Amino acid sequence: MKLTLRVWRQKNADAEGAMSTYEVDGISPDMSFLEMLDTLNEELILKGEDPVAFDHDCREGICGACSLVINGDAHGPERTTTCQLHMRSFRDGDTIDIEPWRAAAFPVVKDLVVDRSAFDRIIQAGGYITAPTGAAPEAHATPVPKPDADFAFEHAECIGCGACVAACPNGAAMLFTSAKVNHLNVLPQGAPERETRVLDMVAQMDAEGFGGCTLAGECATACPKGIPLMSITNMNKEWLRATRKAGKR
Amino acid sequence: MTFYADYTTGEPVADTKAPAGPVHERWDKRRFEAKLVNPANRRKHTVIVVGTGLAGGSAGATLAEQGYHVIQFCYQDSPRRAHSIAAQGGINAAKNYRNDGDSVHRLFYDTVKGGDFRARESNVHRLAQISVEIIDQCVAQGVPFAREYGGLLDTRSFGGVQVSRTFYARGQTGQQLLLGAYQALSRQIAAGNVELHARTEMLDLIVIDGRARGIVARDLITGKIDTYFADAVVLASGGYGNIFYLSTNAMNSNATAVWRAHRRGAYFANPCFTQIHPTCIPRTGDHQSKLTLMSESLRNDGRIWVPKAKGDTRPPHQIPEDERDYYLERIYPSFGNLVPRDIASRAAKNVCDEGRGVGPGGQGVYLDFADAIRRMGRKAVEAKYGNLFDMYQRITDEDPYEVPMRIYPAVHYTMGGLWVDYDLQTTVPGLFAIGEANFSDHGANRLGASALMQGLADGYFVLPATINDYLARNPRTDTVDAGHPVVQEVLAETEDRLNLLLSVDGDRTPDSFHRELGELMWEYCGMARTETGLRKALERIPQIREEFWRRIKVPGTGEEFNQSLEKANRIVDYLELAELMCLDALHRSESCGGHFREESQTPDGEAARKDDTFSYAAAWEFTGTGTAPVLHKEDLVFEYVHPTQRSYA
Amino acid sequence: MARTVWDSTVGKKTVMAVSGLVMLLYLIAHMIGNLKIFFGTEEFNHYAHWLRTVGEPFMHYEWTLWLIRVVLVVAVVAHATAAYQLSRRDLRARPSRYVHKKPRASYATRTMRWGGVILGLFIVWHLLDLTTGTVHSGGFESGKPYQNVVDTFSTWYGNAVYIVAMLALGLHIRHGFWSAAQTLGAGSRSRDRALKAVANVLALLLTAGFIAVPVGVMTGVVS
Repeated sequence: MKLTLRVWRQKNADAEGAMSTYEVDGISPDMSFLEMLDTLNEELILKGEDPVAFDHDCREGICGACSLVINGDAHGPERTTTCQLHMRSFRDGDTIDIEPWRAAAFPVVKDLVVDRSAFDRIIQAGGYITAPTGAAPEAHATPVPKPDADFAFEHAECIGCGACVAACPNGAAMLFTSAKVNHLNVLPQGAPERETRVLDMVAQMDAEGFGGCTLAGECATACPKGIPLMSITNMNKEWLRATRKAGKR
Repeated sequence: MTFYADYTTGEPVADTKAPAGPVHERWDKRRFEAKLVNPANRRKHTVIVVGTGLAGGSAGATLAEQGYHVIQFCYQDSPRRAHSIAAQGGINAAKNYRNDGDSVHRLFYDTVKGGDFRARESNVHRLAQISVEIIDQCVAQGVPFAREYGGLLDTRSFGGVQVSRTFYARGQTGQQLLLGAYQALSRQIAAGNVELHARTEMLDLIVIDGRARGIVARDLITGKIDTYFADAVVLASGGYGNIFYLSTNAMNSNATAVWRAHRRGAYFANPCFTQIHPTCIPRTGDHQSKLTLMSESLRNDGRIWVPKAKGDTRPPHQIPEDERDYYLERIYPSFGNLVPRDIASRAAKNVCDEGRGVGPGGQGVYLDFADAIRRMGRKAVEAKYGNLFDMYQRITDEDPYEVPMRIYPAVHYTMGGLWVDYDLQTTVPGLFAIGEANFSDHGANRLGASALMQGLADGYFVLPATINDYLARNPRTDTVDAGHPVVQEVLAETEDRLNLLLSVDGDRTPDSFHRELGELMWEYCGMARTETGLRKALERIPQIREEFWRRIKVPGTGEEFNQSLEKANRIVDYLELAELMCLDALHRSESCGGHFREESQTPDGEAARKDDTFSYAAAWEFTGTGTAPVLHKEDLVFEYVHPTQRSYA
Repeated sequence: MARTVWDSTVGKKTVMAVSGLVMLLYLIAHMIGNLKIFFGTEEFNHYAHWLRTVGEPFMHYEWTLWLIRVVLVVAVVAHATAAYQLSRRDLRARPSRYVHKKPRASYATRTMRWGGVILGLFIVWHLLDLTTGTVHSGGFESGKPYQNVVDTFSTWYGNAVYIVAMLALGLHIRHGFWSAAQTLGAGSRSRDRALKAVANVLALLLTAGFIAVPVGVMTGVVS
């Protein structure tokens, strides 16, 4: 396959960026999208040019590092992570636009690499259960109904890649935040911090400069792990419940 | 220059920390004997933790909870992305919830046996004891383990054992456990007890007056190289499987932290013990950048087979039942498809070597779910393995519900690592190694679902108990700062190394060297090793190294985000570690676990150990790049699990 | 608590949801009242007069009406202020656009902001036209709403403005009602289809009900 790539190049956070055009040839349909970029980078290095910087690590769809907007879609045309996208999803002769996640809360570090530490700070604000090591009761002391355990798992699957923010027209982080809130709030272990968790995490989400939710639904469509849009509805419910309870205290 | 293979043998090394006495009392005894640090004094102590995987994340969180000031590093943009996240199958614990005859002693026994009698009994027993607490801890943190309809935890069985002791969260157990540790760590970051440096990579260790006192690390965004100081340094930087270029490790997993520590005096133990995982997706071509694992749990219900005839190119569904060879079930009737990883991998290699492999290049065997789908129904199979099947389909474009999966072994885990004593301390006082970075608990072969167990045992329970003893016995006498001459020296060495990489301006990319080294290692130090092959590799590696320093091309500068520079610098260390791996493999002329020497096998092709000669852990001391290292042997004593030829037949 | 709500994006959305639902309830009543125009001058004018006497003798003349007006003004102001502030925030959160553009989300979702602005402007015109008569096209006469309405819809622009606004209203309600349910946490997987159906039906009924009046005038059914 022969392809034309238009790639966002930006030297560093402060520099102006622009799209640059590259041609790549000899691409196999079995290659992953990132392997295609590896091929381009090998050529660029040998030509003495700066290779395209992009985040990637596990390349098996679980670490959440890879983060490319391909032809306007976060993670590209398939519902998966960029690293699990294969070139068979494209056709010979295609022109492919590759851009970084774009959101004020995710400033560009270089080329296609962005800073997603805002997500870490949202978790730090309350996305945990306070259970110091050694203090845990016997695991079977508290049974968890299977539907609740499954619900928790479904939300815990979030890989923190940020595709939801990248796809959201408002650069909102509601799906990410709600996934963690729902994971922990449904479990009996998470109940003691149920209210503070949702209030603090939402407050941190706002403080990071993410936009608000207009329920456009783009986040859930882009999510490689299939976190449902209903996750946001549920967090809203948790938030209102917590606000009411806080008001009564 | 001495030939690398002409190593010398030094004084034996011994674990002086494990107390004597009954094995099940040793951990309690050690904890009681260990000195403690007064809670009020803990905040005066700083501990550096490198890595935020299961071991590092849990250690950082726990040390901070105890009151220590923790400075933690990860090369990823977030601690949540450490490669522990990719572990799929599960975590072992001797809970015996199934009432199927499991016990701490059985987990201990299985692990020692599974490791082919090359692990330390004290450590393994402690691991089995702690396994129980880990599950409690993780459940309390909100890890959403799979549950049964009654609300209690579900378990499944795994390779090499006959009980069902593996706890799991669908095919994403590593992810869920890691997020648990990450969340605990996040809580401590928010509380100001952990100072986290993400996208910061350790490049060297600072040893002053024989004690580990800090590290040199590079901010990967700005390129700034800085020094960080502490009273103890904990390496939780994972394994070195990426030396093979193609492995199931993350692309950026690397050996730099452990190798630099080794160069500064920490012994490296059993570097040749590499685990080749039997169930990975076969490679599709030269462009392949990494290999993807399919969880071992698939072997619970999938049946492995190849055609009986050589060169049979018919599609699988056209091969009738009686022309299929379910070779694991045939050779190992009692364990069948659930034999330990090393055995399953080697069996796959053997049938492929015989010319009976399937798929492109004949480098694959079938993992067939047709029977499971018939027996349990497609829905049940989907519920159990759905995400793995989806992943397989995405990568190969084949539907595993219809066509059997094709799998082939791939490098997955390294049992070798920095030598540590019972306290997890390396031979450099004040330097600790935990998780995959140390060599300790798995011997020559790790059982499935035991890596997560070990990482969390080390991080949550072992290290936080043992590090107190070191800190209490070594009260800080002087403060080290950037002006110290040793610090200046280490810093200058690091800067010189990076500048040299940038200045060669040759004609080969970092990846091209990495790939070349990886192919060499896979060929000669992979699933089956021979003296001739290893000698060839030992001859070749210095040549590649020489060529590397002549022809490497790293674009850009050191003062910016430069992924090529990161890669090249990691390859520098691989090029030295590779030599040690081959030497270790060469010197150990027995077969054991993941280390298979063709010269040492039973008549029916099984690994033949030589307990009289090799019942030791080989701890290597660094003497210089390309110069022969010194071997220190730690004799292994088996008081409880007596070495036998492993039999899974 | 009020502070927490107003300072949070989730809280502001709650304000929008509640105020939106208040206005929606009003619109349903308003539409039903409008349809009385098809029953002749007397009935319609009588109904308009009744609006001022609702609640008597407990309420004084026009008290109830003013109460409703106050509630509506509060709702409109809260809805618009929250929308304005959230929109500003959303635009700041996504300062640079993708080079490769793709139409996103449904039409109703994408037009919420401009639709809202159009509706806001329409309300001003609508009040000046039929409540105060300031910009009325014919001779506005207080207390004779039937004639006033007929006058308005006797001009092409009166019809055009009104019909465009009502189409915008339909779209706005279509996404707004469902969205409000999500914001208030009332949505769920099992309820989602029902909520979407209700949103569609509401949007359709209100649009049709309101547009029926100008269409009635244009076709001479109402004159």
